[in-house]
Amino acid sequence: MVFFRLLLPFFTLLPLLAHASDAGEFTAADAAGQAKLLETWAAQPSDQRLPLLQALQDGRVGYDDSKHPYIETDGNMVAADADTPATGEVRKLRLNNRLRGLVINALAAQQMLSTDTAVRLAAAQQLQRSALPGQIPALEQQFQGEPASAVKAALALALANLQLTDPAPQVRLHAVRLLGETGDPSAQARLESVLAADAETDASVRTAAQTSLVQVKRKLMVGDLLGQAFSGLSLGSILLLAALGLAITFGLLGVINMAHGEMLMLGAYATYVVQVGFQRLAPEALAWYPLVALPVAFFVTAAIGMALERTIIRHLYGRPLETLLATWGISLMLIQAVRLIFGAQNVEVANPAWLSGGLQVLPNLVLPWNRVVIIGFALFVVVLTWLLLNKTRLGLNVRAVTQNRNMAACCGVPTGRIDMLAFGLGSGIAGLGGVALSQIGNVGPELGQSYIIDSFLVVVLGGVGQLAGSVSAAAGLGIANKILEPQIGAVLGKILILALIILFIQKRPQGLFALKGRVID
Amino acid sequence: MNQPLMVTAAHKAGTPLAIAIGVVVAVLLVSMALLSLLPESNPLQVSAYTLTLVGKILCYAIVALALDLVWGYAGMLSLGHGLFFALGGYAMGMYLMREASGDGLPAFMTFLSWSELPWYWYGTQHFAWALCLVVLAPGLLALVFGFFAFRSRIKGVYFSIMTQALTFAGMLLFFRNETGFGGNNGFTNFHSILGFSITSPGTRAVLFLLTVALLAASLYLGWRLARSKFGRVLTALRDAENRLMFCGYDPRGYKLFIWVLSAVLCGLAGALYVPQVGIINPSEMSPTNSIEAAVWVALGGRGSLVGPLLGAGVVNGMKSWFTVAFPEYWLFFLGALFIVVTLYLPKGVIGLLKKRGDA
Amino acid sequence: MKLPANGAFMLEPAFDPAAGEGASRDAVGLGSRAHGGLDTRHGTILTLEDISVSFDGFKALNNLNLYIGVGELRCIIGPNGAGKTTLMDVITGKTRPTTGKAWFGETLDLTRLSEVQIAQAGIGRKFQKPTVFEALTVFENLELAQKTNKSVWASLGAKLTGEQKSRIEHTLDTIRLTASASRPAGLLSHGQKQFLEIGMLLVQDPQLLLLDEPVAGMTDAETEFTAELFKTLAGQHSLMVVEHDMGFVGSIADHVTVLHQGTVLAEGSLEAVQANERVIEVYLGR
Repeated sequence: MVFFRLLLPFFTLLPLLAHASDAGEFTAADAAGQAKLLETWAAQPSDQRLPLLQALQDGRVGYDDSKHPYIETDGNMVAADADTPATGEVRKLRLNNRLRGLVINALAAQQMLSTDTAVRLAAAQQLQRSALPGQIPALEQQFQGEPASAVKAALALALANLQLTDPAPQVRLHAVRLLGETGDPSAQARLESVLAADAETDASVRTAAQTSLVQVKRKLMVGDLLGQAFSGLSLGSILLLAALGLAITFGLLGVINMAHGEMLMLGAYATYVVQVGFQRLAPEALAWYPLVALPVAFFVTAAIGMALERTIIRHLYGRPLETLLATWGISLMLIQAVRLIFGAQNVEVANPAWLSGGLQVLPNLVLPWNRVVIIGFALFVVVLTWLLLNKTRLGLNVRAVTQNRNMAACCGVPTGRIDMLAFGLGSGIAGLGGVALSQIGNVGPELGQSYIIDSFLVVVLGGVGQLAGSVSAAAGLGIANKILEPQIGAVLGKILILALIILFIQKRPQGLFALKGRVID
Repeated sequence: MNQPLMVTAAHKAGTPLAIAIGVVVAVLLVSMALLSLLPESNPLQVSAYTLTLVGKILCYAIVALALDLVWGYAGMLSLGHGLFFALGGYAMGMYLMREASGDGLPAFMTFLSWSELPWYWYGTQHFAWALCLVVLAPGLLALVFGFFAFRSRIKGVYFSIMTQALTFAGMLLFFRNETGFGGNNGFTNFHSILGFSITSPGTRAVLFLLTVALLAASLYLGWRLARSKFGRVLTALRDAENRLMFCGYDPRGYKLFIWVLSAVLCGLAGALYVPQVGIINPSEMSPTNSIEAAVWVALGGRGSLVGPLLGAGVVNGMKSWFTVAFPEYWLFFLGALFIVVTLYLPKGVIGLLKKRGDA
Repeated sequence: MKLPANGAFMLEPAFDPAAGEGASRDAVGLGSRAHGGLDTRHGTILTLEDISVSFDGFKALNNLNLYIGVGELRCIIGPNGAGKTTLMDVITGKTRPTTGKAWFGETLDLTRLSEVQIAQAGIGRKFQKPTVFEALTVFENLELAQKTNKSVWASLGAKLTGEQKSRIEHTLDTIRLTASASRPAGLLSHGQKQFLEIGMLLVQDPQLLLLDEPVAGMTDAETEFTAELFKTLAGQHSLMVVEHDMGFVGSIADHVTVLHQGTVLAEGSLEAVQANERVIEVYLGR
């Protein structure tokens, strides 16, 4: 064992040995020499220099009195050139800001050789800011051979940034055209600076720049539109999760449940409790707590929903306005209960690692993972609900009871039990929605209040008794909200949407997907 | 299922007992205003706090009555009456802000470094125009909303949800600083009304008496409406709208009339509320406030005229006691009240009393 | 031209499907001008031509033709789902026909009028389930229903005239509810509610009365009384009665229309209809 421990640093140092001279050269040189070295390395990338540059960036490089290089590994300063004995005390190498910038640039240049697309993309983006003219040939070469389009676009930008300052008009023309092929927001800024008064004298370059600018703007617009559509879909999926439970309790059972928002809130708090439980009992599995929170939230809210149905709501069937008031009372009590137990402040529910970050689709379009997952989750819940209602015995009974309660009772359907189960199902789905909400927003006692009106509007718009109606109304409202928001502001957008719904109901009083039939009075 | 409360209430209102109770309450309220004018040393003096509290509750009672006209009689549960109340209050508040700022801009506008008044503020330095706004703002909004809502036959819970969304939208709008109504701070720091100091006992007493008068007038109006054919058409509308249409009545006009009337009453109540309480802000429009008004009516007994007043008084009295004594439990109590009233008191306290009386 | 309300005249089956459209434009009727300014110069108070109503693909009414003459008492029979209630919905404006024409008298296009306008024009309807204003007294029910100005302003200051009052009292007498005049209508028995609703139609004084199963839930004596009542009404008013009770139909109707799957299957006197092979097949049973 001891032997291995002694050997271990040796093995980790092996890759460094190959070009220990690089490190030696670097520590031996003065600041100007170090800058020169970094520039040369940036222009001639080689993945063997990667560990050194990484160490330089992390500030792990040291030197002794005879300027021999050392690299800190696992907290120990280890000589980079294994054969030279240490002379005197080993000190850490301190870099000035300029050198640090050059290190980052050089590191990015080496990283362009990586096989990992994400690494290359990050490196290319770094190079856009820091690349030096000497790197142009290497960048051109990498640009030609680059397989990933996003990286290629980023590289084009990096190249163009360099070439725009070139004295030769042809080179600038080339750069401007290259910029036109990217869809990056900074390309737009760059082109605009080219077109700014007196910045560019050559007419052909100016014309090309104008053309490129139009191209870039078009590409950016696509990204913006897609981004708006995505955030609309994301809002829609949240509304859908909030409204889907309502579509069952209100749409199918005809029970208007003002405490529905509080079921969302309870679902979110269940997530919080599960998270805290994981932190205390199984911190190593913390990343997977949302998966455990789903069933917990579902059963907790479903149980509360069923209890409410049996004790209070059952007595109010056929009196919708009274139900509305009573359930409002329930919601007040639930909010206050949560406030007393968990405090009036928001509690912290953290995204696990696999839900943070995002998916870069276009240069100006990043889809956050948590939102992508929630859209998928909403669809999953919709499909599950549809299957449950249309393909199971329970669903058949629910539909039978909602269409003709007396007849269903005569056929031996236990209507009371079905009411309870359906109400529990609706509440449970709201609880699932709460889990999703906890991943993208604040979790506080008033969480549900902000969704209740929106989700009722979804049900009103979608029509009663129709899942398809709720789904399209939720998506429609979400997207409309997000499209209107940047134009006229969130508040006016909401007001306008309310006005639009009122006008819409003029035309289709029964909602989007209502069944028509003769009037029974 | 729906007992003819309205009919009996209307008939009962004429009984000597009811008149006697009404007179006693009126005398009590008027003497309260007069007693508040006594010097503080006098043991009989009514404090400004008490007078303001009772004045506030009286304003709420008018809202309850207005809500009862549309809910108890016409069967439309509005969850947006707080909006009309607040609009009336804001209209009055505009005048008070102008009065407080003299020739300059209201304080919050200078704070936002605005250089001139928005167009809708013009003329608000005149009390008469402010009074017109008190009626027009809630009235016109109710007219437009009601016209479209009733035209498309939005009824029942749908109507309730739409009204709730309406007041919610109003609240969001008034929370914005750019709307020009002081953002989330609203209006406060009033100095005077028509030149009289707003904090002087005399002004307070007059405002209080005006509130009593408005309440009495609303009560009389409600009583007349309940006894008229109009009131019977409303009741018919509540119970069988289709039948009424096939009788040749256009329900839209009837609904619109009572809806706008109710909104205007709320606006007037709001206008009297603001100078007495000394503040108006967008939280008055929060859906919670409006739905709380529904429980006043439900507790007192909808479809009766006295019930809502009773409900508003009891709930608000309890509220001011609870929020001092057990602030954490007020919402539990209020929530329980919602549930108990709907489950066990469908006709409210008045219905309970009537049952006792009959038995 | 004014003809007496002659039973024999009314018996004549005027609608002959074979004759084609327009030929039997003048339905059975008295050919008289209905009162209240309604233009009925051809003697037809209600004209329905090629009416179709479809609900999401299901045709509730299918190219239906129906003519009702002034002063006529027409019974509509047919199996469940034949479109009887939809027919009433179309006439009262509750449902708009997908295609077809509907005229009240010669000048009023029912497909363009609202329910309220149609009611004010003089079509009264009684629902299948008796619908009265339960919270109001019997007297108040009649007061609301009676023919008068029904605008908001009028009702704010409305006072009953002596004439209106005596008319209501007379109607109360007719429907045998005088004793219950000040009771809330919600406390009446099912049969009494039926009568109250008929009474409400009477004071409304429409020219065309649509009655959906008026004797459902009535005792035999009440049914008999209703039959008498309807017979006295015919002549002054036109009536269209939807009924399942063949005994009742037999006691009042001279002219019967059989609906089946949204179209007119047969029309004529009760005997003729009862003898019709197809009617027996789909409805009456062998």
